[in-house]
Parts: sequence; C-alpha cells; structure tokens
Amino acid sequence: MARIIVDEKVCKGCGLCVHACPLKLIALCRDVLNPKGYHPARLMEPEKCVGCAACATMCPDTAITVEK
Amino acid sequence: MQTVFQKPSVLTDAPMHYCPGCTHGIVHRLVAQALEELGVEGKAVGVASVGCSVMCYDYFSCDMVQAPHGRAQAVATGLKRARPENVIFTYQGDGDLAAIGTAETVHAATRGENITVIFINNAIYGMTGGQMAPTSLPGQVTQTTPYGRDTNTAGYPVKVCELLSTLDGVALAQRVTVNNVKNVNIARKAIKKAFQNQIEGKGYSIIEVLSTCPTNWGLSPTEALKWLEENMIPYYPLGVYKDVEGGVKK
Repeated sequence: MARIIVDEKVCKGCGLCVHACPLKLIALCRDVLNPKGYHPARLMEPEKCVGCAACATMCPDTAITVEK
Repeated sequence: MQTVFQKPSVLTDAPMHYCPGCTHGIVHRLVAQALEELGVEGKAVGVASVGCSVMCYDYFSCDMVQAPHGRAQAVATGLKRARPENVIFTYQGDGDLAAIGTAETVHAATRGENITVIFINNAIYGMTGGQMAPTSLPGQVTQTTPYGRDTNTAGYPVKVCELLSTLDGVALAQRVTVNNVKNVNIARKAIKKAFQNQIEGKGYSIIEVLSTCPTNWGLSPTEALKWLEENMIPYYPLGVYKDVEGGVKK
C-alpha cells in the first residue's frame, strides 16, 4: 500500500507526473481549478500505486510527497 | 506508512515562478538534495545568475548572492577565496554562462577555482521571451530567427562542456539531462559529485544540464521533453567530458 500526496495549491498541471507514472494512475482534474488557475494532478486509482516515486522525481515544483 | 519522497529541507516553501513543466524546478531540487545529503546546507552559498533563475535566492534556504549578468563565477571566485570553508556554487543559464559570461566562465575554469557550477542549457533565452541564444541549435526557430538559426550568419552553438574540458584547471565537466527518471537520477549523482569535488578541494566542477523551455519552444511540457530527446541530445551528447582523479594539481 502506497500513496502520493499532491500539494494542489503548488501544482501547475504540467502533466510531467502523468507522463512519468509507469502504471498511468495519475490524471489532471479537468473539473478542478487551483488558486493559480491550473488543473491539478491527482492519483486516480490509489489502490494500485506502488510508491515508485517516478512522479515525484519528475515534478518540477516538488508538489508530490510519496508514502509507502 | 513511511515517507519515501518529500521536499528537501534546503528548498523553501515559496512556490516557484517558473512556467508549468519547466525543468528548472527539477534541477533546483537536485541541488537541494545534494546539499542536504552532504550535510553542507549551513555553509553553502549560492550565486544566482540573471535569467529565469534570477530569483532562485527565494527558493534555496542557504545563503544566496545575486550576481550581475554573466558575473556569477567572478563573484563565486571572490566568495570562495574570502571564505574557503564555505561551499560555493553558481546556478546559471545559457544566456548568462555561455553568452555575456563566457570570459568569466573560461577564466574561472582556467584558474581552477574550487567552485561548483550548475549550468542550465535550454537552447533559448527564456526570461526575455525566446530569442536565439549561443546554444540554440542550427535551424532552430526562435523569436529572432523566425526562419531557423542560419549558421551562415549566426554560426554554430557553443558546446560548453567540450570547450571547458580542454582546460587544465577543470576537474569535472559532465553533461546530463532531466528528461526522464533514469536521467534525473544520473543528474542527481553528477551534481552531488560536483559538490563532493569542491569539499575535497579537487577544483572547478561544471555540470551542464540539458533543460526544456516549453513556453518559448511553443510546445507542451511533455512535447518539450520529446523535442529535447530528439534534437538536443544528438547535438549535445551526454556524458563525462573530463574527470580528473585526485583533482587538479596546482
């Protein structure tokens, strides 16, 4: 059981984590806007996350914390 | 549950002003991780350049100095000579290091100053709006080369690692990139080694990081990573250009 915590206020919705996730579990929430006006990234299928931290490694804004 | 990845303590909580998908943020984190792992955050002094990274003093929690355009390595030389016990690094872009600051860069390297240089090469002037940089690729379309960089009039890109690796004062010259997880890990090790070299007194270490500029390249962040892979890496081959075991003898 692993999970990622995205700081949605800091996320700029660049999508590099979406691209980096080997299991394709992350998506940008098209119906949510953060205070900066971006669509933040979210873990869509938390039960499948293995905590590899590929998303956090590629996040330019260090918005992702990974727990395992 | 255990935290396996979190923001390094050397980065402040200030949200970065960089555009979405700009790889500056990744390199900031790698520098912060290196300082944290080596336990030198208390005695590190960074020198910020002019360019998009001009405000990086807001993002690092160590001491920072803002140098005039291109003069970061001259300022770093002074800092290191006045306070040799401190760990001094510069963080410069291609417009700063390879254009207006070429003289300072080449001469800091020939003198073998014991400093660490982090060089961000994104093949364009980012902050001023996407003009041609010395590192722009032949044929690359920018604001000032709308028909592509013409090598007949604008010449060829500066290959900084190859150039500096011919100088005797350089201890480490390595080119890395941050386009995928594997390369980020290689870049992380390279940056840590560059700081380790300074702590061991080995001499001038430069790490060139091939980066993206999605806004000025006119691409999405993921397309920009692809463009980097397909165009920049073939022109600027990754690897270690110089690594002097035992450091530079003076």
